[in-house]
Amino acid sequence: MSSIESIKQLLPQVRRDILRMVHQVNSGHPGGSLGCAEFFVALYQHVMDYSTDFKMDGINEDLFFLSNGHISPVFYSVLARSGFFPVSELSTFRKLDSRLQGHPTTHEGLPGIRIASGSLGQGMSVAIGAAETKKLNNDKHMVYSLHGDGELQEGQNWEAIMYAGGKGIDNLISTIDYNKQQIDGSTDDVLPLGNIGAKLEAFGWIVINVEKGNDIPAILAGFEEAQAASRNEKPVAILLHTIMGNGVDFMMHTHEWHGKAPNDEQLAIGLAQNEETLGDY
Amino acid sequence: MGLKEYTYTDKIDTRSGFGVGLAEIGDQNEDVVALCADLTGSLKMNAFKEAHPGRFFQIGIAEANMMGIAAGMTIGGKIPFTGTFANFSTGRVYDQIRQSIAYSHKNVKICASHAGITLGEDGATHQILEDLGLMKMLPGMTVINTCDFEQTRKATHEIAAHKGPVYLRFGRPAVPNFTNDLPFEIGKGILLQEGEDVTLFAMGHLVWEALKAAKSLYQQGISAEVINIHTIKPLDDALILKSAIKTGAVVSCEEHNYLGGLGESVARVLAEHHPTPQSFVATQDTFGESGTPAQLMEKYGLNAASIVIKAKEVLNKKV
Repeated sequence: MSSIESIKQLLPQVRRDILRMVHQVNSGHPGGSLGCAEFFVALYQHVMDYSTDFKMDGINEDLFFLSNGHISPVFYSVLARSGFFPVSELSTFRKLDSRLQGHPTTHEGLPGIRIASGSLGQGMSVAIGAAETKKLNNDKHMVYSLHGDGELQEGQNWEAIMYAGGKGIDNLISTIDYNKQQIDGSTDDVLPLGNIGAKLEAFGWIVINVEKGNDIPAILAGFEEAQAASRNEKPVAILLHTIMGNGVDFMMHTHEWHGKAPNDEQLAIGLAQNEETLGDY
Repeated sequence: MGLKEYTYTDKIDTRSGFGVGLAEIGDQNEDVVALCADLTGSLKMNAFKEAHPGRFFQIGIAEANMMGIAAGMTIGGKIPFTGTFANFSTGRVYDQIRQSIAYSHKNVKICASHAGITLGEDGATHQILEDLGLMKMLPGMTVINTCDFEQTRKATHEIAAHKGPVYLRFGRPAVPNFTNDLPFEIGKGILLQEGEDVTLFAMGHLVWEALKAAKSLYQQGISAEVINIHTIKPLDDALILKSAIKTGAVVSCEEHNYLGGLGESVARVLAEHHPTPQSFVATQDTFGESGTPAQLMEKYGLNAASIVIKAKEVLNKKV
């Protein structure tokens, strides 16, 4: 478990990885990746108990499932920087014969990935299944998952939310990346989500709001609260209020950078705002 | 060449073979778990549920969630068996199966009852005739359609031992149970009747019909070979080729659309290695309708009489 100082040192490096990965293949999803950088760093550096000697079954480890697979750049960067595979492999992102596919997959055997995601709305069901198996195995470790807010427009989520609430899946902490943006614009413009917290509570969940979703201490406090609330016959959701594109000023507060790569000049600006702390890949 | 007589003591539904097999492997293997989407009785999963309540998961009417939960349950070593109707096991949840199970190569056994037109009175909304095509197109998916109670029971055991995703298709009507003495191995066809003039490749409920057709043809002086292809993928290419080379004419028999089913799989093997005249006993790119199973099998040309007609047709094309 790393100190908050070392976590803060990792953050700008992860942002640099995201920008450089997306730039070099002129494709990928920087906005949501940047918005969740603090979440991933906190999760993998401070919250979860896991082994980098990767085994699919993950027995006696905490598990994480990324449902909104398009933010693969941040996932890959944090997995590599946490020791799952060589950092140099980040240079293969989205290229032919790479284990770092556009969207995460188990298909190429990349350590750290336990399910394919990309087609939205499926990750919570998978996380519930893994949580059920942990209960059967008397494995006291937790299951974590991340979902986009726009992704909640997919109906399967609500089947899963109903199941987890109704069946008391209390070893699951699902975080919603609440940035209020999706490809076509704001979630309010595309399809209003309404009061997500109240909806989850109505389905039997405990909901924890983290208003400063890009602030490491606030995220860690949210996880602590979530862990304390879990194992009490209810699933726990964290509504993580994030800023899309966080850490790169011209990418912030807009959906414009959902799935667009920066050009050379924009990359230089973004990198100048984030110090190379641990060495680029 | 003589005619081998097949007899049966009882008629029983294939889904009951699944129910018995599931309960048996549940007793033998603690990693086996069962998931159902509000059709426990229809899928005959009650015995498993009663014997192993802690390993039975009632998901509710939420098949997409069921497929995802099943995929997740494999992580940690469980072997999930999902149970619902074939329509809701495939078309309704195709993307969930594709991404979370097939592409992710999860050890999930998708067990599908009430497949095909013999579901009967409920009509076309529930009678899927496209599921084999959907499932066989998924890379890495093993696809099986069993023909009677005993074969379904044995297949349930075999798929539990097999590592990887499987689609097991069975049905609702009571049919002759005649495979007690026959082995079942995934991917290995079964030579039920030796013949010389034409080969009947049959799967599912059409296997007994093919045996009846062979008897009728025999009485008319035509020697038909009958082969049960229960595994449409991986296909027993060698057995199919060997028989087609011997007889020089084939009929494929299945309770499925001729697009995407067994017939196309057989035709692919033959086209590539030994082009052979073929006719298709299958539905002709149509939806089903309400009726009794026997009425529907007759109307849609899926019985012994139709197989006899198609066999004679293909014999006329023989070179």
